[in-house]
Amino acid sequence: MRSLPARAGLVLVLATLALAVAGPWVWGDAAARIDPDHIVEGHGSAHFLGTDDAGRDMLARTLAASRLTLELAGLATLLGVVLGVPLGALPAVLPSRAARPVSATISFLVAFPGLLLAMFGAIITGAGARGAVVGIGLAAAPALARVTQTLAASVGAADYVRAARVLGVSRPRILVRHILPNIAEPVILSITAQLGYNLLGLATLSLLGLGVQPLDYDWGRLMHDALPRVQIHPEVIAGPALAVALAGTGFALAGESLARAAARTASPPRGEPRVDLPIGRGPLPGAAVLSVRNLTVGFGAVTPVRDVSFDLAHGELAGLVGESGSGKSLTALAIGGLVPHPGRVLGEIILDGRPLAAHSRRELGTALAMVFQDPMASLNPALRVGSQLAEVATAHQDASRAEAWKRAVDRLGRVHLPEPGVRARQRPHELSGGMRQRAVIAMGLMGTPKLVVADEPTTALDVTVQRRVLDLLAEVNDDTGAAALLISHDLAVVATLCTRVLVMYAGRIVEDLPAADLRRARHPYTRALVASLPDLDTDRSVPLVTVPGRQPSPEEVPPGCAFAPRCPSAAEDCAVRPELVSGVACHHPHEEG
Amino acid sequence: MRRAARFAISAVLVVLASFAMLHLIPGDPVRAAMGPTAPADAVAARRAELGLDRPVLDQLWTYLGKVATGDFGVSALTRQPAGEMVADRLPATLQLVLPAIVVAFAVAVPLGMWTAARTEHGRSPRTELAFSSVTGILTVLPEFLLAVFMIWLFSNRLGWLPPAERSGPSSFVMPVAAMAAGPIALLARYVRLEAVRELSSDYIRLARAKRLPVHRIHLRHLLPNTLTAALTSGGTVLSSLLAGSVVIENVFRWPGLGGAMVDAIVNKDYALAQASILVYGIIALTVVFAVDLLLVALDPRSTLRETG
Repeated sequence: MRSLPARAGLVLVLATLALAVAGPWVWGDAAARIDPDHIVEGHGSAHFLGTDDAGRDMLARTLAASRLTLELAGLATLLGVVLGVPLGALPAVLPSRAARPVSATISFLVAFPGLLLAMFGAIITGAGARGAVVGIGLAAAPALARVTQTLAASVGAADYVRAARVLGVSRPRILVRHILPNIAEPVILSITAQLGYNLLGLATLSLLGLGVQPLDYDWGRLMHDALPRVQIHPEVIAGPALAVALAGTGFALAGESLARAAARTASPPRGEPRVDLPIGRGPLPGAAVLSVRNLTVGFGAVTPVRDVSFDLAHGELAGLVGESGSGKSLTALAIGGLVPHPGRVLGEIILDGRPLAAHSRRELGTALAMVFQDPMASLNPALRVGSQLAEVATAHQDASRAEAWKRAVDRLGRVHLPEPGVRARQRPHELSGGMRQRAVIAMGLMGTPKLVVADEPTTALDVTVQRRVLDLLAEVNDDTGAAALLISHDLAVVATLCTRVLVMYAGRIVEDLPAADLRRARHPYTRALVASLPDLDTDRSVPLVTVPGRQPSPEEVPPGCAFAPRCPSAAEDCAVRPELVSGVACHHPHEEG
Repeated sequence: MRRAARFAISAVLVVLASFAMLHLIPGDPVRAAMGPTAPADAVAARRAELGLDRPVLDQLWTYLGKVATGDFGVSALTRQPAGEMVADRLPATLQLVLPAIVVAFAVAVPLGMWTAARTEHGRSPRTELAFSSVTGILTVLPEFLLAVFMIWLFSNRLGWLPPAERSGPSSFVMPVAAMAAGPIALLARYVRLEAVRELSSDYIRLARAKRLPVHRIHLRHLLPNTLTAALTSGGTVLSSLLAGSVVIENVFRWPGLGGAMVDAIVNKDYALAQASILVYGIIALTVVFAVDLLLVALDPRSTLRETG
């Protein structure tokens, strides 16, 4: 699939090439013909774009000048390629110590404005076509070197190149055999784009009088001659200006957009247009802090969360367990009202007796606390830790800055951060991962949380820190009486911390049971998960039980029971999907006894 | 420190290059400048004036000493000191370049962020297409074409703005706009790309989970991080804007350094050419260095990244 700019660019490139071939043959004579009756004229019946100071037709001259213009641009590009591409490929061949000065040189040259380099070249060779070509070629080299270097480096990091290196293949051979063939296409397209830039650069030099000198003429020179007349006869300059603009941008656009397309892998699928179905309209249930009813989240044709329903009571600490891809994180995002754009959310989410959408921003900002997986990423690197907490109070609780700061320091202390006053003034990168996750939890305590949703809060942390963050979550749940939903792929974590466990499989909740009853789970999937957990009683001589097969991805969920293909107790009736009845969604639940 | 060292090394390289320039000219530069008909003793006198008859290293030392004191020799055309001519012309150039830099940032950052917010997660593909087409064309279109087009539209057709030369405030509008357009497009693309990436980051998600007002999320959480990214690539953009000023001054017959340099090159006035290319080079380096310093001030992590 080619983008619009690429297609437009290609058309312009082909038109320019055709013109450069045909131009001088067809219009060469007309361009040289002197018309003494029409000297220095504007648009007229005899000369559509007017004439120059010798009465020569500007339209014909513009068309005829295409060949020289393109030839010079081609020569400059050739020079740039000869100088730039080997320079850029050099770091891939050299040992890393020798490669560093080469890349430093490239960086220095790239930072230097190309036009200044070109002028430098023009000074040395003198004003003229040769000087301009050398100058522009010199100026083009660093850019091409940079492109080559970047591409070569990315290919050089690929596994097969590393493998070749380990096998002792020599660096030059790796370059020729592995790197060059793989970067050839994007490099050639970048050269095409560079041809466009060079054409524009040469036109600039000629316009300044530093490029092509009479009697020759390229588009830039035509503009140089016409520029003083721009006030009286603007149409005289229109021909070459338009030609330069179209040809130059054509090459540049075609090269750039095709190079980008060649370098990029498939673009992400575009979702269906959004169907607006506001969350929550219907009967309001009773005392539960959170009621999720028939929650379904879809992206286009894919539905990662299907018909999820559960309630959380005041002070309850529940765990939501599932493999990655089971839809548990999206469920968390949906509860937070944070499902990103093309996603469609259906069903009801009722927080504290009212649909999510009916809460004001203030209410949600203070009542709902969320903790995400990666504490390295979930604090803003540019802002102080304290002010990220304090802004909750200033934005939602009309606190003054001083008050909000005081509260922020207090909350950091409540999550047992040592020296909260000092920590508050620091930026996130000065805190350890565990401290950051505490700070995020403290952020939730700025308001009066009724529900805490923690999505894999400890997965990114060291094992030693995990325990303390989990204990903190339990403590918060205990102290504030907020309900908490802990989402994890790790049944062991959930089993030790939570009082209740919800098990998700392929987008649905398959079992909902007290944590104490895990060893007596009824759903075969839950049983398999429990069996795969080692504990002190586990016989170490027997291999741990693993669940054979894999969870179906959201696109391939079967109409019946999604676990049936992996289930030891599956039978014919499993082709019909079981409903979640009294805590388990299975036609053949395991019965105790 | 590293940045300061890099700046110093680059500056020395530029000075050396400006010195080497004269020696890289094939043949006898003085003979070439004065033409084949000039008497031999006049050429020899000029050579002696430029110091070209002495050993190269000796010349280099005198050159360095002279550069340090701002003495660039005498212009062959006007017989004025080249340093003085540069000092005369430079303010007019800065009058264009500095406003153009301010305009470029003032327009590009909000534009890029606004587009990012509108097109996040493939929302509003039409805005995205319009943005990428317009900025794509503006990025590649050289400033002089824009200038010529603007002269035609605003002076010839509409008569709103003076076509050329420095006069009142209105004479600044077109040169500054023509210079800033390309950098605006390029910067806005960087800003959008960076802002879209940042918008999908966890800290923005958490800020949304905190239910902060949208303007607060954008201004306080998104802007500082986006700005650093824009500045990182901005240094190069700004120094290319400087080069663009040479062309713009020519088109608008602006009494700046760019016009002087072009004349010097055409007329083989080496003293002036040397002085002006040196000044341009140093300004370009200074801009990049200043941006670097600003980055460190804005984002203390960037120093860590550099050294670590």
